[in-house]
Amino acid sequence: MTRLTLGPIAYHWSAERRRDFYARIADEAPVDEVYLGEVICSKRAPFQEADLPEIIDRLERAGKKVILSSLAEVMLKRERKATEDLAAMETPEIEINNAAGLFARGQRPHRIGPFMNAYNEATIAWMAGQSATHICLPAEMPAPAIAVAARAARDLGLGVEVQVFGRASLAVSARCYHARAHGRTKDNCQFVCEADPDGMPLRTRDDRPILRVNGIQTQSESYVDLLPETARLVADGVTHLRLMPQAADMVAVARVFRDRLDGKASADDADARLAGLVGQVGLSNGFYHGAAGYRRIAAATAV
Amino acid sequence: MSLAELICPAGTPAALRTAVDAGADAVYCGFQDATNARNFPGLNFTPDELRDAVAFAHAKGTKVLLALNTYPPAGKVDLWRQAADTGARIGVDAFIVADMGVADYIARSHPGIRLHLSVQAAASSPEAIRYYCENFGVKRVVLPRILTIPEIRQIRTEIPCEIETFIFGNHGLMVEGRCSLTNYLTGQSTNMDGVCSPASDVEYARHADGSMSSQLAGFTIDRFSPEEKAGYPTICKGRYTAPHRPEGYYAFEEPVSLNLSRLLPELIEAGVHAFKIEGRQRSKSYVRGVVRAFRAAVDDIRAGRQANIADLIALTEGQKQTQGAFETKKWR
Repeated sequence: MTRLTLGPIAYHWSAERRRDFYARIADEAPVDEVYLGEVICSKRAPFQEADLPEIIDRLERAGKKVILSSLAEVMLKRERKATEDLAAMETPEIEINNAAGLFARGQRPHRIGPFMNAYNEATIAWMAGQSATHICLPAEMPAPAIAVAARAARDLGLGVEVQVFGRASLAVSARCYHARAHGRTKDNCQFVCEADPDGMPLRTRDDRPILRVNGIQTQSESYVDLLPETARLVADGVTHLRLMPQAADMVAVARVFRDRLDGKASADDADARLAGLVGQVGLSNGFYHGAAGYRRIAAATAV
Repeated sequence: MSLAELICPAGTPAALRTAVDAGADAVYCGFQDATNARNFPGLNFTPDELRDAVAFAHAKGTKVLLALNTYPPAGKVDLWRQAADTGARIGVDAFIVADMGVADYIARSHPGIRLHLSVQAAASSPEAIRYYCENFGVKRVVLPRILTIPEIRQIRTEIPCEIETFIFGNHGLMVEGRCSLTNYLTGQSTNMDGVCSPASDVEYARHADGSMSSQLAGFTIDRFSPEEKAGYPTICKGRYTAPHRPEGYYAFEEPVSLNLSRLLPELIEAGVHAFKIEGRQRSKSYVRGVVRAFRAAVDDIRAGRQANIADLIALTEGQKQTQGAFETKKWR
């Protein structure tokens, strides 16, 4: 059965918000697996550590599988240390997002995160040979490539995951754009990113929404929405569908996807329910259809 | 002291000959397809052109590095393998790669040819670099443009391969190989297609008040007053508004170019083996001027003479320039 996962929170949510969020996920959300950990900014990580054991425990008692995700960018000493420490853990369920993590992990089992650029069957075969058990494909991959990659991964006995909801990661940088917007630098940022739990909106100078800033990360303005494409993803061999946490009712979002996967909601009903959960945010599936990522390709014209 | 090789861009056969004659120790180039990260119209080499170019360069003692530094999407890997086979047959001196599947194929199929790790692989720590060295036999890493000189010096002591750094040209803001901004707006991918803010999607729109918008795929990347010179709409160099910045600001970076002329001696001392000049999309005369100036400067430094840095600074005169992350971590 296709498994629904909740990706790591990309934003700097307060400790209280995180605790409440995961308590609700544990009690109510029909997700099978939950990724935890700071992936974007190493400066934020200490704020999470105190609560992490309790959150893991809570989720596991609710029957969720918990996976710990590693930093996407590893450059500073503290980032190298954090990556090494994560890779040293006994659990097979760690998701690696940087080659520094692969180096530290060696031949022990691990998952490959979306920042690892597993674009093709040759790379997936290489990673499988290094004891990867599961691959999350990059967000910009189009449907035909997903199908080939999923088949290759399945033949090697690997799980294959695709992001089906939430803002796409479009870029990371060494520079913090949140700090820059406030006239600061990364070293004296004073965690201004905490004020934007769904990212800081950038608009063009003719006032069209375009991108979101999340610290060193740049995200899509629109939420990726592959709800209409779930049947084809499953048919093509994708085993895990990833929802990225946004400032929306994620329990309700998970229910829509679960109901659609279980055939308990029609395509139209599911689409309408999801549209009602995202407020003014646009939905997009352009990457999947090989078009500009921000575009929304209608089901009738979708292949 | 390191050898301080000068690695120069060759977007066309003519630019390659120009760079070789101007004193490049090595040139880098790509085929006319998605296998390299400068897949721009009118650029790059056919296999026949590359064969002639390699013969020309080798006759003058210059190495040729072939960029195969994009990420093949599943189902299209053969194009990258064939490009590697063609490069090997022609006798290029090294492949510049980013994708692990491509690196693995070359390491197994063409073990006699050097592998360089492209900046597109975004290996920014000793551990990440060692992963590629130990698994694929990488001999040189092109470092991301996000490290300070003390950090480079430290990395040098912890890795078994040579270091190449960019010293001049376009100043990419995002971690290379992790950027889908162009695909988000245009439907063409930097990683899979080798495309960045493509000219085919660019439009300039004049408004009634005399101002000019530069647009990419219909998105206004910047707007210029009648007194300003309209710049090219590169997404990460555009001006946008944010809740705290209603006036419009360079959210990522100003349109500046990288110029590390002043830092050359320090970079050599830090153990950098090779200096890369960006600009395969640039004209012959640009390549000639930049390569000559850096050739003279590197030769002076190698010989213990004071380099004439003023000539290098002048290369970007009239343009804004930056030393980026190399100078200070305040850049971050």
